[in-house]
Amino acid sequence: MSTTGKPKGATSSSGIPIKPIYTPEDVKGPHQERIGEPGKYPYTRSLHPTPYSQRLWTFRQYSGLAAAEDTNQRYKFLLSQGQTGLSVAMDLPSQIGYDSDDPLAEDEVGRVGVAISSLKDMELIFDGISLADVSTSFTINGTAAATLAMYFAVAEKQGVPLAKVRGTIQNDILKEYVARGTWIFPPEPSLRLIADSIEYCARHAPKFNSISIAGAHFHDAGASTVQELAFTLADGITYVDWTRRRGIPVDEFAPQLSFFFYTHNDFFEEIAKYRAGRRLWAKIMKERFGAKDPRSWMFRAGVVCGGSMLTAQQPHNNIVRVAYQAMASVLGGVQSVFTAAWDEAYTIPSEETAELALRTQQVLAYETGVANVVDPLGGSYYVESLTDAVEREAAKLIEDIDARGGMVPCIEKGYIQSLIARRAYEEQRKIESGEKVIVGVNKFAREETPPEIASYDVPEDAKRRHLERLNRVRKERDQAKAKAALAALERAARGAENTMPYLMDAVKAYCTMGEIYGTLRGVFGTFKEPVMQL
Amino acid sequence: MTRGRNVIRVLVAKVGLDGHDRGAKVVAQALRDAGMEVIYTGLRSTPEHVVQTALQEDVHILGLSILSGAHMALTRKVLAQLKEQGADKEMAVVVGGTMPPVDVRKLKEMGAAAVFPMGTAMSTVTKEMQELGKRMLAARENAASPA
Repeated sequence: MSTTGKPKGATSSSGIPIKPIYTPEDVKGPHQERIGEPGKYPYTRSLHPTPYSQRLWTFRQYSGLAAAEDTNQRYKFLLSQGQTGLSVAMDLPSQIGYDSDDPLAEDEVGRVGVAISSLKDMELIFDGISLADVSTSFTINGTAAATLAMYFAVAEKQGVPLAKVRGTIQNDILKEYVARGTWIFPPEPSLRLIADSIEYCARHAPKFNSISIAGAHFHDAGASTVQELAFTLADGITYVDWTRRRGIPVDEFAPQLSFFFYTHNDFFEEIAKYRAGRRLWAKIMKERFGAKDPRSWMFRAGVVCGGSMLTAQQPHNNIVRVAYQAMASVLGGVQSVFTAAWDEAYTIPSEETAELALRTQQVLAYETGVANVVDPLGGSYYVESLTDAVEREAAKLIEDIDARGGMVPCIEKGYIQSLIARRAYEEQRKIESGEKVIVGVNKFAREETPPEIASYDVPEDAKRRHLERLNRVRKERDQAKAKAALAALERAARGAENTMPYLMDAVKAYCTMGEIYGTLRGVFGTFKEPVMQL
Repeated sequence: MTRGRNVIRVLVAKVGLDGHDRGAKVVAQALRDAGMEVIYTGLRSTPEHVVQTALQEDVHILGLSILSGAHMALTRKVLAQLKEQGADKEMAVVVGGTMPPVDVRKLKEMGAAAVFPMGTAMSTVTKEMQELGKRMLAARENAASPA
């Protein structure tokens, strides 16, 4: 304990006051009812009554680079090293719906992820990897519907029934307008495409998570832990509303909704966030939407450790940060974890640093004993009290958003964006004044020459291979079929039908990402960013 | 807003397809609080659009924020565009984002007046921008004087 005596009382990173000691007084009231039992409503303690040792969380390292063959090779390596799920990173042109030879794309092909311009690329990424054996997560939003169609088409080609295909598509456009920025269309048609894919998965791919409602990017853009949770649940409410509006009963699609967060550095607040999140979502689904199926109440979360918490200074310290974040995530009871590599503040990780990142969670799972007991911190005066506080503060924010008409108007007016930008600035000021300590940055810092980390550059031959393939696809496909598929897609988009079957036809006819989204841009138009009040 | 004669004007621009704008927005707020006039382009500007906006707004410093790894190609295009418009003497270009040390050197050789890679303190950015802005103000003053 510090002996220096602080003038101000401690607070959590979201500003919740923290006392030096917690006692039974802090968890008075109908305690047992709020916390409940693991595996039972409201799931504060855990979604499952059994510990991780019976079923571990999924080790899911986000990765993807250059062309399809290069990514295929990286996935085979990660699977051979004990990774249990795949997570596809796509390059920016593929995320925004441009072909790799579009003038807007030329500097970004294969850079922050793999380039996917047509079904041919998707086939090669999963060459020799059976979709019956892996679950795959796609961090894709703007072009989620066509990406999903491509993945399902690969399953068909491999002879794997859609009913058996497991995985998650991020498919969460609302947070893209606020942070991350890979939007294409205005909110309304975007929400319609999302409802289309949620409905399609509910009917055809019951084991596939049709959306991963993501708070991660809010958090990394500067939102506090409490804001992250509140904005995410408010987005979730919007998606449920939009899907129900077409007459689909909530229990038919809600079990396939999942969540995604960043675990940052405030250890106990992050644990409290996952516990409060489970309780809040269960209540929202049961009380607000009348869901009856217990699976509809479940807040299933995947998390990332790393992101904006990684520092360029003394970068090896990141290994330690990521390990603590992973432990907080697991003590919080999440379903899958991605541990980032220590050099990710600089570049795309090498095979060596990616392996160490995976080992970080393997040590946690197999050596520390955290997997032996369900919710080991349940009943802790502090953790229960903090869980209550996070839940209370997040619920207040959700009420505020509801009162402003929900997430869509809040985003269109730039309200959420300015809350986050303001907090990001305040955080930076706290770091620079030393009020918030970052080891190696504003404390215990030393003069250092930046490490000679090899900068990642897309291999020229990979880019060439990819562009040649795209040209070949355009030349060799059945042109009449491709043209007809795009025309049918356009008609469906103008009407009210579900667009997914038309997207399936279009990708199978080898229409390209640029052609598909060019067609849809023609129908839906594009989003205009609100002017930021900084 | 009235344009003060001695006020440094800055365009903060996101070029390319990268949507990570936490840094751009934080820097924009810091520069504004340091007394500069700041215009933010929003996401996905093209080099042509950035230069056009910079000319219209008559800024002294054009700041690029790039976190996708495409900083070399995009900065080269902005600098070329500025030269083509004959404005490369009256505007300084600075770059911030995720650039490794070797690229920081290359960007300066290419013509960037300053580079702020990840880990740069906000106070350092503000201080260097202020000095650079003053130099640009003085340079324009000299160019404008009849003698």
